[in-house]
Amino acid sequence: MSDIRKALVDIVGERGVSDAPEELWFYSRDPGVLAPHKPDFVVAPKTAEEVQKIVQLANREKIPIVPMGNGMSLAGLVIPLKGGIVLDMKRMNKILEVNPMARYVVVEGGTSQGALKAYLQKNHPTLRHSIPDAPSTTTIAANVSLHGQGRLTNQYGFNSDMVTGLEVVLPTGEICRIGSPSIGPYWISKGPTLPDLSGLFLGWLGCTGVITKVGLKLYPNKKIRDAELFVTDRLDLIPHILYKLTHLEMLEDINVWFQPKPLMFLGNYHITIFFTGDTEEEVEFKRKMVWDCLQEYMDSKDGGFMSIQYMKPMLLEMPGRNIADFADVPKGGGFEYSGPIAPIEHFPQYAAKVVELAAKYNVLYASTARLISGGHSMMYSISFAFNRNDPAMMDRVEKALDEATAFALGMGGIPWKPNFKEQKMLLEKMEPNARRLLLMIKKNLDPQGIMNPGNWEVNA
Amino acid sequence: MTYIRHIEHENIVHRCFRCGYCKFPSDYSDFNCPSYKAFGWDTYSPGGRMWLTRAWLSGEIETSARFAEIMFSCVACDNCKDQCVFPRFKDFLPDIFQETRAELVGEGRIPPGVRDYFKAVAVSGNPYKLPQSERGDWAKGTGLKPYTNQKYLFYAGCVGSYDEVGKRMAKSVGKILVDAGLSVGILGGEEGCDGNDVRALGEMGLFAQLAQTNIEKFKAKGVKEIITLDPHALNTFKKDYPGLGGRFQVRHFTEVLAELIRKKKIKLKAYPVKITYHDPCYLGRHQSIYQAPREILKAIPKAEFVEMHRSGPDSFCCGGGGGNFFTDILGTAEDSASRVRVREAVQTGASILAVACPNCAKMLSDAVKMEHLEERLEVLGIAEILERARK
Amino acid sequence: MVQLKFDQKVCASCRSADCLLKCQYMTFSGHKEAHGEMMKVMKGKDSRVLTECVTCYACEEYCTRGNHPFYLISEKREEKGMFTAPRPITTQWKNMTQMQGKYLVGNVKDTALSCCYLPELGQLGTGEIFKDVASAGVFGAEFMCPAVHSHFARMSVIKERLPVVIENYRKLGVKEVICMHDECYGTLTSMASAYGMEVPFKPVYYLDFVWQRMQELKDKIKPLGITVAYQRSCSNRLIPDKLPVVKKIFKLIGVKAPKRKYQDENALCCAEILRSVSGYKLADDVQKRNIDDMLASGAEYCVFNCPACQTSLSEKVAKRGLKPVHIIDLCKMAIGEKEREAAS
Repeated sequence: MSDIRKALVDIVGERGVSDAPEELWFYSRDPGVLAPHKPDFVVAPKTAEEVQKIVQLANREKIPIVPMGNGMSLAGLVIPLKGGIVLDMKRMNKILEVNPMARYVVVEGGTSQGALKAYLQKNHPTLRHSIPDAPSTTTIAANVSLHGQGRLTNQYGFNSDMVTGLEVVLPTGEICRIGSPSIGPYWISKGPTLPDLSGLFLGWLGCTGVITKVGLKLYPNKKIRDAELFVTDRLDLIPHILYKLTHLEMLEDINVWFQPKPLMFLGNYHITIFFTGDTEEEVEFKRKMVWDCLQEYMDSKDGGFMSIQYMKPMLLEMPGRNIADFADVPKGGGFEYSGPIAPIEHFPQYAAKVVELAAKYNVLYASTARLISGGHSMMYSISFAFNRNDPAMMDRVEKALDEATAFALGMGGIPWKPNFKEQKMLLEKMEPNARRLLLMIKKNLDPQGIMNPGNWEVNA
Repeated sequence: MTYIRHIEHENIVHRCFRCGYCKFPSDYSDFNCPSYKAFGWDTYSPGGRMWLTRAWLSGEIETSARFAEIMFSCVACDNCKDQCVFPRFKDFLPDIFQETRAELVGEGRIPPGVRDYFKAVAVSGNPYKLPQSERGDWAKGTGLKPYTNQKYLFYAGCVGSYDEVGKRMAKSVGKILVDAGLSVGILGGEEGCDGNDVRALGEMGLFAQLAQTNIEKFKAKGVKEIITLDPHALNTFKKDYPGLGGRFQVRHFTEVLAELIRKKKIKLKAYPVKITYHDPCYLGRHQSIYQAPREILKAIPKAEFVEMHRSGPDSFCCGGGGGNFFTDILGTAEDSASRVRVREAVQTGASILAVACPNCAKMLSDAVKMEHLEERLEVLGIAEILERARK
Repeated sequence: MVQLKFDQKVCASCRSADCLLKCQYMTFSGHKEAHGEMMKVMKGKDSRVLTECVTCYACEEYCTRGNHPFYLISEKREEKGMFTAPRPITTQWKNMTQMQGKYLVGNVKDTALSCCYLPELGQLGTGEIFKDVASAGVFGAEFMCPAVHSHFARMSVIKERLPVVIENYRKLGVKEVICMHDECYGTLTSMASAYGMEVPFKPVYYLDFVWQRMQELKDKIKPLGITVAYQRSCSNRLIPDKLPVVKKIFKLIGVKAPKRKYQDENALCCAEILRSVSGYKLADDVQKRNIDDMLASGAEYCVFNCPACQTSLSEKVAKRGLKPVHIIDLCKMAIGEKEREAAS
């Protein structure tokens, strides 16, 4: 191994390699419930060429490589299940180009969501990207490689749908441009009108290469954002309410959430409705449209709008800093969620399942669902908090999550950012020819099986 | 495991989610944790320290030079405490790191630079290993008299007393206080180290000794009100000394100068220059004094005041906090805090970077040289700027 | 459980029917219709009043014969299983104000400073005006007047909780409770008496206390010389005898409150509860008329007496150029404790 260490130091320098017990311990785990596994090295490249050399070395030596942003998937996707090298990509964080007229940005993969937000705010205040509710440390490349979602997902789809081009280091070491940047200087399309090769990398959880650059669509950043919060105690009405809201075709984001604590939230389902405008008139118009479209539920007394003046700063914050707070409810620093993507008509069944699982496994729940692409589907987060000092509770949460995924698959949903166990369940359920195709692509792209091994594998 | 380790807040360490908000300022524009910025490993971030402390307390990792470096590279700037999203324990993050350092001191496993620092302070009474008799030399020519029974004691601290940049700063403050007619004296050769950084680095025994000696001396001399040059001294005098029986009225010199300007005891003439200001962590985040220095700078006729992108509660540390000024664990590489900070200062277009702390003054002056910015940026104490603008 | 003491004879023999004829949100052709509707309510029959009342509390003031029309309407609505606001909103208010043992009690001796369940009141009850009582603050659901549930026609919640609140104060051993919120004072006086509940301490209206203190601090007062519009709160309708003290305070601190259309008995509600009960159209209309009227009177400041009104209207009045300020902060401005710019 010392030869490998030396080779890595030759590539990235002393400050870019560590095999010290401290880094090996830390980079062997993520904040979720899955068991840690130690890497042999943690390496922090600064350029695509360095990544390329590391991958070439790994290929020669058959060393696993796990690309990592900030490790916030909570699903153990950066735990080096088979050891090897964890690539901490956060030093590749340059914002390379903004094309304001074509509304896109090109960043290095390790750029954080927070840094991009701040950069746009300062330099291009009329533009924004789809900010996920994950902490601002999470990186752009990690987010698209797990089909992340953000504030604009209801309007424009998964954050990975917003990619306008990629630069990837293939598992065999070639640096490869995907989409329009493979043809010319503009990062305007990840695929169309070409065969869409971005699908070889987006959603692959780092199993098919290391994303070193991402082109990302930017969207109008209107001057005013506002929110309304509709509550109902009738679970059965929620799909209909969501259908009406999405019919308006003018909302920024729609989240449905329920939680037993604090007490004021008990017994109700909450729908946070975000909208934007450049003028007061535009915002008021949208607000009225929102109220009017739900009037029938107010008339029947089944639902109504909460007075939320005091909550607004918290609701409108991007990312929502209070979301991490759930981790401290059992005073223990952790939560994890299963996030199946499913049709909105299934909300009542999923909601009932969350409560059922929490009771069965004696764990605390919270649930926030987000609409995707104007209601074509939604992401249900079935979220359980745990105390990191209580292994039994962590075990219960893991079991509850496994059961949630099994339930989702049974309902025809697909797990979002599946952990290695969920991937296995998916592959088992997948139509055989589709599975064969997926594995064939993986095998061909990564003949040595070095990229994030243990993921998207049949015999993991 | 050789040691059974305990720290006061060990019941909290497992509650960190390592979400990483602690690394940033409130607008996320850049990493605001100096050690994370310099080293680039998650282990060197506040969340990393929390998780490693937990592993270390439980025996999953052992004490090592690396672990000590990780703990001692924390500059105690308090950014993490402000940015952490967990209201129920965020205030204790700096305490946890300080307690871990104290435990390492107890084990005797500390970086050589830290050991040398403790030794110098213990033996010579200052980190520079210079004679105590020279401690008051900086005051020559200021008109400051030894403290007898004046209203105020002006406390210069180690950096203000021995470092060239610090001395310049102390001198300028001293001169203005005298010229404004304040009843003020200094302890000179009798002044002792305030111990703030000794405490931050975890040598609690030495700190207690220094603090007790100072408190007794202040009391014996009849000191009631203290003006400090150094925000580090201000911090420990206000935060730690009262618990040890040392209750004094303590103010930072910028608060006093702002008041003197308000009362027209300092008269200013036009000084057309563009100035930006760097908040010292022990003045800003630790003591919430943000306005006084700005009030002074804005009072200078014709001077243009501009903020750096990160300022006030979001200010980026110079890298010299928590004893790193002396131990230099952060180093001087391109991403070291002081170099990042002067690059940020230059971006404002200011030609003067105003400072209110002798540690910052020295750190940032050196960084200006390393970045070859001498032609574009001058690092000056606030009182030094006033010297140029005084009638 | 305690019962509402409503004198049916008084109501039956009423010749004015002011309770409904003066209502700003319902219109009646005359005495006959209004009186007839109230009789229906009283007898437990269906009445348009039960569906149309927006819960502004004003009829409690309009009735000068000592009866409690609003409490009656709320009682009857609940008896019929009716909801004013949507059911989930009603539940939410009930849950949100549930006693959970999370209260704060300061250094209370003979006097307690009641901050209800509104954190803003704790911040207001400070400084020179409150210097002798600021440390005696009590806060939390355990000390909250439950009157708000009358907006939702859930008098049962009030009847269940108010005796507990009174008992909680009693257990503190206080002789008097300074109520920082009109609603608390109104509950402990008007409502407790309407339900025959004994209050074993003296409720003190905070503006009486402030008036007293401001007279003591007279030397420190620098007349503000400003023009304001006063936003009367719904709960002030429970204690109309306390309206004049506002004017006395204004005069003392040099504040002009020119006559306007919607003041005193004609005051308009802050309308946030109306938004829940009747939807945005009425709420927007009421708020617009109210703010138009404030501006027409020449006011520079909009002065609040209730933190809930302040939360509802602050942003809206500020957008139209009025500075929102609580009456206590106005007093603090007058004695130089608070800067004018910081009023909002």
